[in-house]
Amino acid sequence: MDILTILFNGLSLSSILLLAALGLAITFGLMGIINMAHGEFIMVGAYTTYVVQGILMPALGDGYFFCSILLSFLAAAAFGMLLEVTVIRRLYGRPTDSLLATWGVSLVLQQLARSIFGAPNVNVVAPSFLGGSLTLLGVSMSYKRLFIIGLVLLCLLAVWAFLYHTNFGRKTRACIQNRDMAQCLGIRSKRIDCLTFALGSGLAGIAGCALTLLGSIGPTLGQNYIVDTFMVVVLGGVGKLIGSISGALIIGIASTVFEVGSTASIAKAAVLFLVILFLQKKPQGLFALRSRSLD
Amino acid sequence: MDIKYWLQDKKNLVFLALVAVLLAMPFVLSLFRLTLLGKFICYAIVALGIDLIWGYTGILSLGHGVFFGLGAYAMAMYLKLEACGSALPEFMVTGGLTSLPAFWKPFASFPLAMLAVAGLPLLLALIVGFATFKNRIKGVYFSILSQALAWAFVTIFIGMQAYTGGSNGITGFTTLLGIQLQNPMNLVSFYYFAVAMLVLVYIFCTWLMSRGIGKILIAIRDGENRTYFTGYDSSKYKTFIYCISAVITGVAGAIYVLFAGMISPKELDIAFSVEMVIWVAVGGRGTLIGAVIGALLVNAMKTGISETMPDMWLYFIGMLFVLVVLFMPKGLTGVFVKLYERGKERFPAVRLPFGRRRSASMRGKGAIS
Repeated sequence: MDILTILFNGLSLSSILLLAALGLAITFGLMGIINMAHGEFIMVGAYTTYVVQGILMPALGDGYFFCSILLSFLAAAAFGMLLEVTVIRRLYGRPTDSLLATWGVSLVLQQLARSIFGAPNVNVVAPSFLGGSLTLLGVSMSYKRLFIIGLVLLCLLAVWAFLYHTNFGRKTRACIQNRDMAQCLGIRSKRIDCLTFALGSGLAGIAGCALTLLGSIGPTLGQNYIVDTFMVVVLGGVGKLIGSISGALIIGIASTVFEVGSTASIAKAAVLFLVILFLQKKPQGLFALRSRSLD
Repeated sequence: MDIKYWLQDKKNLVFLALVAVLLAMPFVLSLFRLTLLGKFICYAIVALGIDLIWGYTGILSLGHGVFFGLGAYAMAMYLKLEACGSALPEFMVTGGLTSLPAFWKPFASFPLAMLAVAGLPLLLALIVGFATFKNRIKGVYFSILSQALAWAFVTIFIGMQAYTGGSNGITGFTTLLGIQLQNPMNLVSFYYFAVAMLVLVYIFCTWLMSRGIGKILIAIRDGENRTYFTGYDSSKYKTFIYCISAVITGVAGAIYVLFAGMISPKELDIAFSVEMVIWVAVGGRGTLIGAVIGALLVNAMKTGISETMPDMWLYFIGMLFVLVVLFMPKGLTGVFVKLYERGKERFPAVRLPFGRRRSASMRGKGAIS
């Protein structure tokens, strides 16, 4: 394999990781909640795409996929909002407890998917316009993977614009920086929390929708991503989007490079050990929010 | 540790009553059920290990399956070599190996294998503890890292099929030091051995927690920075208790193999590791008796539900996670203690059989968070 192909494969893996981790970067990175059910929100998005395909494909043809991106977002966001209101709202400031509770939720969601759709994996037919591939400089790049990279960039842009250029985003950042002060200034932090969490979950839904392009989907789809996505956020450093982007790029490209000459699983394990080693050097991750506060 | 003080803690009395019930079980249960209960006792030992680090020290490890697995695999490798005699284990033959790998060779000797049961978890815990606690990686970051560690180990164990038996694990044991594993009488003796280990580990844990170090661990849980600034190097204490916990878990894993008759990467997995935590949470973190009761109870329920309605188990355990965390943060023990205190307030005239001395774990109970 030549270097450019490896680089493209790495970039493609990074984009998938980033898409899966972007929602987590918001809920974990910005809000400090460990949502173990994040992977299951990815699964919710994937199954939503599957359902939407079944209903809309006869009518809309390939256009169904754009509807399913939107609906995946909404479905996962709705699940996220429900989770926030019923469980997470009571557990702010108790991160390890919220971790356990959301783990329980993830088990319930997995079994729910198994009960509704059955244990075997199901397939989503990718839109025909994403078939084939583009060959550039001797590298064959499939349109599906290019589409995912584009989708990630779009999501990043949207999140950035939302956080830094809307009134709501400004309030969100205010709550993150100093919750008490923000409340004193009249920001309804509970509502902000709820909507921000829904946004993060919705992004997981989009990730799930994108994953249907790459393979079949099953009830344990999310489990495969949960460790990787958390490592992306931890490596990148909590609280900054640029951290998650660089974290995803490093882990994605490193995994692909290690894969040359070994197997995928060994490569992933090696990358995890490297990340753990790296955290020895910088326990706060690549980009840490500087703060003088002591827990 | 004074035996009189030990007996004054009512939780220890409950434990003794529980042990009495467990000792009577071989006369009541069928052999199949007894083997199952033997496994649960191993889980209870694991729960004690988890409780030391989570309930008392506040470190949430989601990767304790690794230690359980290391202990279990060390035992399984010894049993496998004894079962195979001079032949090569069959998964190595299918994996294309022609001679025994070098790292398998020490496991042919029983003392070395037993050393590995405690030594491998100890070594790994020492490395992980030193690497993380020293750098003040704590709270959820530690949880995530420990989870990643478990995941990495599972990946390696499945990936190295020729060396570890892959996802099937190691199975097909016959004897332990010439003792038939499947013989009913021998299984009963293994069962009593497991109960004896549970009692030993329990007494060791109560002893450890009644000492000064127990108080320091609770102090670390309730306010690590304050403890640190008071002059205690919290990372050393955390590494120490993490290692103790790992060894306990590894030993439990080794005994588990005797009952299960096999070991596979499933027992290292994240899902199993997190399940260990819920045993402790249900029973009541920060009390040793709670950990034991939680492990026995949750697994008994797991067997009951899986046998009658297999689909419901994940719903049940999932809801259990949520409900316990939300409504019973101190677990069943917390509920009982509350009822007991309330009863004492209402009926102050009732003389209690023992004095009012409380254990260290009770003193810190207000601050569990």
